[in-house]
Amino acid sequence: MSPTRRSVLKGIASAATLAATGAPEALAGPLPKKTPPPDAVGLLYDATRCIGCQACVVKCKEANGLPPDSGTPRGAMYDAPDDLNSKTKNIIKLYKGEDGRTSFMKAQCMHCVDPACASVCMISALYKGPRGIVAYDPGKCVGCRYCQTACPFNVPKYEWNTAFPKIVKCELCRHLVEKGGVPACVAACPREAVIFGGLETLRADAKGRLAREPGKYYPKVYGDTDGGGTQVLYLSVAGIPFDKLGLPDLGTESGAALSEHLTHAVYQGFIAPIALYAVLGFAVWRSWRRQGLGKGGQE
Amino acid sequence: MTHRHKHKHNAAAVGGPILTRTFLACLAVFALSIVVLAWRFVVGLGPTTGMNDGFPWGIWIAFDVVTGTALACGGYSVAILCYALNEGKYHALIRPAVLTSALGYSLAGASVIVDLGRYWNVWKIPLIWNWNRNSVLLEVAICIMTYVVVLWIELSPAFVEVWEKQEKYPLLCRAARRVHGWLNRYLVAILALGILLPTMHQSSLGSLMLIMTSKLHKLWHTPLLPFLFLATAVLMGYAAVIFESALADEVFDRPRETRILAPLSGIMVGVLFVFLGVRFVDLALRGRLALVAQLDFYSWMFLLEMALFLGAAILLLSRKRRYNPGVELFSAILIMLGGSLYRFDTFLVGFQPGPGWSYFPTIPEMAVTIGFVAFEVLAYLFIVKTFPILHTGVAPHGLEVAPKPSR
Repeated sequence: MSPTRRSVLKGIASAATLAATGAPEALAGPLPKKTPPPDAVGLLYDATRCIGCQACVVKCKEANGLPPDSGTPRGAMYDAPDDLNSKTKNIIKLYKGEDGRTSFMKAQCMHCVDPACASVCMISALYKGPRGIVAYDPGKCVGCRYCQTACPFNVPKYEWNTAFPKIVKCELCRHLVEKGGVPACVAACPREAVIFGGLETLRADAKGRLAREPGKYYPKVYGDTDGGGTQVLYLSVAGIPFDKLGLPDLGTESGAALSEHLTHAVYQGFIAPIALYAVLGFAVWRSWRRQGLGKGGQE
Repeated sequence: MTHRHKHKHNAAAVGGPILTRTFLACLAVFALSIVVLAWRFVVGLGPTTGMNDGFPWGIWIAFDVVTGTALACGGYSVAILCYALNEGKYHALIRPAVLTSALGYSLAGASVIVDLGRYWNVWKIPLIWNWNRNSVLLEVAICIMTYVVVLWIELSPAFVEVWEKQEKYPLLCRAARRVHGWLNRYLVAILALGILLPTMHQSSLGSLMLIMTSKLHKLWHTPLLPFLFLATAVLMGYAAVIFESALADEVFDRPRETRILAPLSGIMVGVLFVFLGVRFVDLALRGRLALVAQLDFYSWMFLLEMALFLGAAILLLSRKRRYNPGVELFSAILIMLGGSLYRFDTFLVGFQPGPGWSYFPTIPEMAVTIGFVAFEVLAYLFIVKTFPILHTGVAPHGLEVAPKPSR
């Protein structure tokens, strides 16, 4: 191998490695952490207070113009969704432990501090909007469903049974909140099991409840730091850990932080791709000349 | 070693009838997929596919795009050798490789449109003020869209060479000559782009799964996903070139290209061992080797991937075996299978949305994928018969191509 060829090879190899995998130093060190906006709002759901009346499920549908989900067997007419779906942005589930202990559980969008759905969305159809609400703009959505695969909570749902589908997810009734109102689920709750407010107020409230009645609660506020933090906080019944309620153990870092950190390390200022293109351009031009191409009508 | 030989292309159209039985059979299969697609666009993805809210990506993404474009990386792999590393002896492989790449990538692009729920908004993606610079998929989309155009430009000398001789159509003839002039001047810039873009998006296909820290099985989730995807793209590209040329030699009854291809296999051995080593060391360093020893479904899938790659690497280790056309083809198939399985595992098998979710493609869904492959075959047959793509038997460097063994 000639020295020039070796240097070209080395240049390409190092540029390619940089471009493709990111320098190892990019891997080291803690991931950058996102913080919620100062006026962030959210929900606090206290499972010990919920009686499972599902008034919030009904009122959510009303406020968001969602049709009933009557997909029950034998044609019985109930609005009885079995999970979040394209007709259901909010649902109450019942979890039953092996010891017979039960707990209700509310599921809706978690309004992550660093949402995976907004991170992956090509042209920001899903985005972190005012007050930290994760909002959806169907006018920009191409229906790629990356938000669905990326969301650790499986929240965004897709209208599978139509030729002109949309993504459906809780937007914290932003049309009501913008006018100074509260989300429909909160307004509907007869027991204040779910409350709406400023994120930091809710966080202090949740921690206060844990401190006042430690025997009543599972000793953790879910969403405080989980997956980089969420704007919906949860308290669970003593003895029932959150993973039993369908809230995964995510650690304290968001997936978006890892993905964005690695990608931006590689594509910082687009320098690596431009450098690689320059090296490649030179190498190709050199081969082109040496192989006598581009003359005599042959490529 | 000097590289100042003139590597003329010596490519020629294969000729022969277009409407063969194979061609018509492929056309029928493709027509069927168009019917299924019409249905998909009327009723939506739910009734036609096996996809659901837990598995929102099915085979149209995992196979047609993620695996299909890697199998279509022949144009990329050979361009690296031929243009970036100045190994002019591979020049005869360029056109057939670029043709299959162009077809594979174009069909992957078509699959994406079919898969997108709100395809009518696609035109908003290239508008730069809309871009979410955090989105890996945006980079993949822009790169693939551009690369499809780049591939057809790379291939265009084969077309203009024919068209500029069509004296019957003076307009076409003049236009082709003019385009040929531009190509001779500017193709270098396009060729460099043809190496840069796959480097970017093939690694980014792996980066797509980085964000799924909790959903992707720990045997597949690693910060090295982009590297592993880039390595498999290069490997599968080389393997596809070997596979396709063996197939073309067989179908068109041409002499075997083993002599040119054998050094290519030698390079693959190195890449294979790097891939295997990186994967193993990465799992070991992050304490995940125990998952392999669990011998559950996932560890078997992992071990199968490793076995396919290792098998190919061992087969190709000896120089003598590399020059055996049968061994060469067999190991290329092992690599294609291993790489495809790795990518399938990363996007579907190892993807764990939670209890209660499952996915298996429906028959209409598979019909679309098979129909698209059939279209690739018929388009390939038409193009190699009509345009100078396949080389004519005398390899550059004056190397005689190994004579085809008599049967």
